[in-house]
Amino acid sequence: MKRVVITGAGTINALGHDVAETLESMREGRCGIGPIDIRDVDRLAIKIGGQVKGFEAEGIFNRQQMSLYDRFTQFTLVAAREAIAQAGLEFHGELAARSGVVLGNSGGGMTTLDDNYRTVYEEGKNRVHPFVVPKLMNNAAASHVSMEFNLKGPSFTVASACASSNHAMAQAFQMVRHGMAPVMVTGGSESMLCFGGVKAWEGLRVMSRDACRPFSANRNGMVQGEGAGVFVFEDYEHAKKRGAEVMAEVAGFAMSSDAADIVMPSKQGAARAIAGALQDAGLNASDVCYINAHGTGTAANDKTECAAVADVFGAHADHLMISSTKSMHGHLIGGTGAVELLACIMALRDGVIAPTIGYEEPDPECALDVVPNVAREARVDAALSNAFAFGGLNAVLALKKV
Amino acid sequence: MSVKDKVIAIIAEQAVLEPSDVTMESTLEDLGIDSLGLVESIFAIEESFDISVPFNANAPKESDFDISSVASIVAGIERLIAEQKT
Repeated sequence: MKRVVITGAGTINALGHDVAETLESMREGRCGIGPIDIRDVDRLAIKIGGQVKGFEAEGIFNRQQMSLYDRFTQFTLVAAREAIAQAGLEFHGELAARSGVVLGNSGGGMTTLDDNYRTVYEEGKNRVHPFVVPKLMNNAAASHVSMEFNLKGPSFTVASACASSNHAMAQAFQMVRHGMAPVMVTGGSESMLCFGGVKAWEGLRVMSRDACRPFSANRNGMVQGEGAGVFVFEDYEHAKKRGAEVMAEVAGFAMSSDAADIVMPSKQGAARAIAGALQDAGLNASDVCYINAHGTGTAANDKTECAAVADVFGAHADHLMISSTKSMHGHLIGGTGAVELLACIMALRDGVIAPTIGYEEPDPECALDVVPNVAREARVDAALSNAFAFGGLNAVLALKKV
Repeated sequence: MSVKDKVIAIIAEQAVLEPSDVTMESTLEDLGIDSLGLVESIFAIEESFDISVPFNANAPKESDFDISSVASIVAGIERLIAEQKT
């Protein structure tokens, strides 16, 4: 089996338009959540989100591209360009033929869907633009990344709701680990902050109207975000040979299914994924210093996640740090694991633990060190990133310092 | 603007050319308009003339709409306007 390392990272989200700005915001504990600026916001009960502000696609993409790229594809390409530029890779010949792109996404082109439903239902028009389908299909982003960078190997999109990105990155990791591909571009994106996207989440009545406060006793729900995170996963020997800078090693992963409930999480399902990731990575529980939590800020997730961590880590649970950066960038649904992996990279590479902001009151059911409100310096040799999706689909990644 | 000028403007925009570079003899291939560009042009034509163009991208030759040159497209649209607007 090959060792797999991360040689490039890119992002755009409510905390920043690139990795440097995002990590700086995480270090500073800045909140990217605020009032959202979308059409018909006055008809929404939930008016906040982790919206990407100040993003002008015009100028970044030409007119023909604009007509084909939904917002989630635009985010993905911005992040992919940053990641691949950092990795310093160009894909030709054999490398191009074997390298691919696996991305997580849940909703596809929700903005495109929303706009065109308006056209036919609200405005009563009987004709829509010819590119509605290629724009909204949720593999569009992966396909455009493959086209822009000449990635001709295995490419597809993974949809497992809030765990999509982690499932996607697990898949890409497997491919590189087993020698199927020397390089895989992976991560995920989401753009659900449109009227229909927010309205649908409102229906579940799990959304906060003021802030995302994971693990805090007074938490009152989740907050949606949007954006993308994209990484270059590379065979360590391949990276070493070309002198690439390595950000972190992807050491293992595990996936599990609760097989129980379509929305309620299960402690056992989460614990099996966490324990499985440790085993796959060859880590002892005591090696893990940091966990990037799924930490949605809902009553159900946070206590279940803490109980699962306590079960897997035993006494060591009191010595590790676990934080939820969703408190800052919101829940990016299918793209969330990708943006959150950045916090793991920062912990391993820079020794900085991103905080859980908005933390106000301890909850005895979440009695772990959640790094409240202020970032912390610590040496971290191994970290986990949790994702537990609706539908009971769990995926946990294990990363190591190189 | 005449039908001809309007059609040329739509095609020129799609081909990223000046309208003066589009002649009645030009074919879509000459202008570098691919199949996606073609369906997008037809959409723009339908929107601006408020007509329905019977074009099936699976069988362009069998459609009752001749796209072999700019002239044939203009003639086809003039006919459709006459049929659909009376």
